Amino acid sequence: MTWIIVLVIVILLVIWYVAIYNGLINLRTHAQESWSQIDVQLQRRNDLIPNLVSTVKGYSNYEAQTLEKVVQLRTKINSLPDSAHQEKMAASDQLTGALNHLFAVSERYPDLKASQEFSQLMEELTNTENKIAYSRQLYNSTVASFDAKIQTFPANIVAGIHHFTQLEYLKVPESAKETPKVDFSDLQQK
Amino acid sequence: MLYQQIARNKRKTIVVLAGFFLLISLVGAAFGRLFAGTAVGGVIFALILTLIYVVVIWGQSTDVVMNMNHAKEIHSAQEAPQLWHVVEDMAMVAQVPMPRVFIIDDPSPNAFATGNDPQHAAVAATAGLLQMMDREELEGVMGHEMSHVRNYDIRLQTIALALASAISLLVNFAGNFWWWGDGSRDDDDDSAGGVIALVGSILLIILAPLAATIAQMALSRNREYLADAGSVELTRNPQGLISALEKLKNAQPMKAADQSSSALYISDPLRNARHRPFWDNLFDTHPPLDDRIERLRHM
Repeated sequence: MTWIIVLVIVILLVIWYVAIYNGLINLRTHAQESWSQIDVQLQRRNDLIPNLVSTVKGYSNYEAQTLEKVVQLRTKINSLPDSAHQEKMAASDQLTGALNHLFAVSERYPDLKASQEFSQLMEELTNTENKIAYSRQLYNSTVASFDAKIQTFPANIVAGIHHFTQLEYLKVPESAKETPKVDFSDLQQK
Repeated sequence: MLYQQIARNKRKTIVVLAGFFLLISLVGAAFGRLFAGTAVGGVIFALILTLIYVVVIWGQSTDVVMNMNHAKEIHSAQEAPQLWHVVEDMAMVAQVPMPRVFIIDDPSPNAFATGNDPQHAAVAATAGLLQMMDREELEGVMGHEMSHVRNYDIRLQTIALALASAISLLVNFAGNFWWWGDGSRDDDDDSAGGVIALVGSILLIILAPLAATIAQMALSRNREYLADAGSVELTRNPQGLISALEKLKNAQPMKAADQSSSALYISDPLRNARHRPFWDNLFDTHPPLDDRIERLRHM
């Protein structure tokens, strides 16, 4: 009789252990999936940039420096290894800043602004930028729930045995909080 | 708070369901007694009819609701890039699948969500909304709609709508039967039966709007506040929704909206209608926009 009770308790403990372990794995997979969502969007924006460059090149001297910076940052994001989350996001934030600047100055070029191609590109890029921001938000919330889980009892025991380590939040850029400055001084002189 | 809200909605769905079936049984009993002399037969008939009706509606509720509101489905981002992309974003952060997207050709700004569950959901926006709102405002509005989807508000609304229409169908049916029955026995001068039939049918006619009211009360005003809060949770940008609601304050009433689905909209589509019956205020489906804006300011 005692043996049966012990056996039942052991079986229950094993089931319980496996359930916690699987829960942790699920949470971590979820976080990894949300990172790959960000990555997909970074890639998509990189694919759009050659289009942007060729569209605006026709307008003489259109922000040549900013364009050059955009192309450089694109190459940088492509060359960074997938595991370098923070570096990738830092470069991405710089690229976001440069693109915002490009769009802000486009106000000064009515022909460019009126072109269908440019407005389509602008919608595509804005869409991708928003998706990067939202998937970053999603990533941080999945990381938060994973980190909270591995620190609380009893999952912390299982996490300790299997060497689960905390995942790192993606930092929110300072520049994202500022609104881009738009300079209309040229317009007023005309 | 969200999980409790979802659980409460699921419980509420059952209560609403039970209430409606009780009401339908009563209508059936009255109907059976009046015309066939058997209350039980009437109940069974009414329940079977309702069951068929609800099953049919459940299968195509989205299409029915969209049709009633003259909404046209769009199938790709090209047809309305900004709307499509914003809905995509909101579905992503709300962690629900991409819903079907519809556009209503009406100059008044408004939007709603419907469906059976987050896997079978649809959102609709009016042409006026797309024209009037900038991207952040549109995100606020669509975030509100996706919160309705995520909280299972849409399921409760769909069931209430289906049952309310089943009741009015029954009442219509009974009304027709009465006229027909009355004509066939005009020589049978039994005034007592005539009076009972009259009183009964009047009762039935009173029951139908009552049912609609119960449905709307179940979709409590609190739900709108919660969806506003949910929207801010998704967009992290209360200002977008605040300025969207400010714009909705000055909106003209919609022409394309169907009255029975007015509770679905983000802002009451018939609110500014001139000939509004006095009792309508008692059963408002939406809290005043000013209150909602005030709450958002304090978040």
